[in-house]
Amino acid sequence: MGFDPVQIVAEWLRNLLLGWGASDLLTEVILKFIGAFLVAAVIMLVFILLTWVERKGAARFQDRIGPNRVGPFGLIQPIADALKMLTKEDTRPEGADAVSYELAPILAVFSVLMAWAVIPFTETWIGADLSVGVMYIAAVGSFGVISVMMAGWSSNNKYSLIGAFRGVAQLISYEVPLFLSLLVPVFLARSMGVNSIVEAQGQGGVWFIVMAPLAAIIYFVSALAEVGRAPFDLLEAESEIVAGYHVEYSGIKFGLFQAAEFLHSFTFAALMSILFFGGWHGPWADQYMLLGLVYFLIKTSIFYLVIIWSRLTFPRVRIDQLMNLNWKFMVPLSLILLMGMPLIDYATRLTDNWVRVAAQLAFNLVLAAIAFGMAARADRRQNKRERVTFEGRPVAVMPKAPAAEEETAA
Amino acid sequence: MEPIQVVFLIGAALVLFSAVMVVTRSNLIHAALYLILTLFGVAMIFVLLEAFYWAVIQVVVYIGAIAIMIIMAIMVTRDVTGEEHEPFNKNVIWAGLLGLLVVVTLVWSLTFWPQFGAEIQQSVDSQNVIADLGSQFFSGQGYLIPSIVASILLLAALIAAIKIAFPIKQEEED
Repeated sequence: MGFDPVQIVAEWLRNLLLGWGASDLLTEVILKFIGAFLVAAVIMLVFILLTWVERKGAARFQDRIGPNRVGPFGLIQPIADALKMLTKEDTRPEGADAVSYELAPILAVFSVLMAWAVIPFTETWIGADLSVGVMYIAAVGSFGVISVMMAGWSSNNKYSLIGAFRGVAQLISYEVPLFLSLLVPVFLARSMGVNSIVEAQGQGGVWFIVMAPLAAIIYFVSALAEVGRAPFDLLEAESEIVAGYHVEYSGIKFGLFQAAEFLHSFTFAALMSILFFGGWHGPWADQYMLLGLVYFLIKTSIFYLVIIWSRLTFPRVRIDQLMNLNWKFMVPLSLILLMGMPLIDYATRLTDNWVRVAAQLAFNLVLAAIAFGMAARADRRQNKRERVTFEGRPVAVMPKAPAAEEETAA
Repeated sequence: MEPIQVVFLIGAALVLFSAVMVVTRSNLIHAALYLILTLFGVAMIFVLLEAFYWAVIQVVVYIGAIAIMIIMAIMVTRDVTGEEHEPFNKNVIWAGLLGLLVVVTLVWSLTFWPQFGAEIQQSVDSQNVIADLGSQFFSGQGYLIPSIVASILLLAALIAAIKIAFPIKQEEED
């Protein structure tokens, strides 16, 4: 187990409170509140850092330097941004539905922060090791959809309502492959507890990315769609609907929506590392618990960077492409995967562990090859039908060389 | 009073208050939002009964799917804010009496239930509860036939929904 500072501090606090004459129950409640507050506060502080990572990363991708004036490497810049956001005027449009309007950004952040209650940072640092942890994460995510709907409707603005409708259509569609691929690690670990899933990838087990790479890919793509970032940022497509459901929000309320979006990405990165990449597992993580925290944070940061990378690399998809990708490709694929993997598991139940892993891997790869092959063929057929037949109009004509002009003049 | 009772009373009050608000609001969106609050309160009571699985299912299915559907449906109706209509008509007294009758009957019949007033069974191993639930659904001794019938019904509904959603082919085009 090793050194566990949280345990030591918690014990000390418990003894202190008991020494002051607090009852057992009150002590427990106070400690739980402190724990919940710490997790929420740390995650909100992570958001401040994430804005810096996002800006700096985006700058590097676009061959710029990014924030570099305030503090070393511009590290204090996010604090300045946060202060700016706090001091901006807080507006509410005419005819807005006051309560829904004010409640929506809070609900957006709430839905993200709630998920961190069941995420294990290390073997013992987990808010509540629920036996239905994975289902819980799915459940609190649905509050995010409601916040989008509330924000879009209560703003009394056509663009925000259109954005909200788009957003809800996208979010509830992509919840289907998200949950179906979430069930693959649940099946492999034989448990819905988040910590049990991590433990199943430790001793004697392999990381689930080895057994179910296809599920990991489906999970990652639908997570990208679920956070509503590019290439799936249709719910805030600037060129079409201004800024989507939060167009009327200003100041700290807009900041809360932004926090929800960034933290949602971060949460999905953390879930990716937990469900498919072994969470806090790594060399010597069993002896030194704090090393597990480092591994977890490294894996999460890598996936967060991949999310930024895909945001800055891919162009936005159209709404029909978005829906086709979901309903005609990812949902059937994840259904077949979810039905096929238990069958493979049952067929190989008497063999060695490595044979089972290899069989699952082979099934995943074959299924992926077939699915991507079929998708590519369908795409080619589609493109042939939709091919533009008219001659392209000249976009930019190369100017005549000045030397030729001089000759004609002469 | 036990702390869990305090929490239960808060949850129950929340459910009752928001349920009354659902039927009295003239603004349909507000009614739907109060409905979500009601469902959340019910999930809270499931948590107090240590039925985490049902609490989570309550939130996923009712808040995550059904409430969203209701809100979407409301937004495409006329007079969402309810400015043109009164939420009550002259049948309010009869409806109230009928509701009261249902409540009295339910409470009265529940007092004959042997578990009425029983203590909550603490420290149920919910991991095993879920496993038991799963095996009950798919064992011959359990609820295999009902779950298959329900699955077929849902599948039929799903296929019908897809059929309806397909664009109708025009005869002239063919």
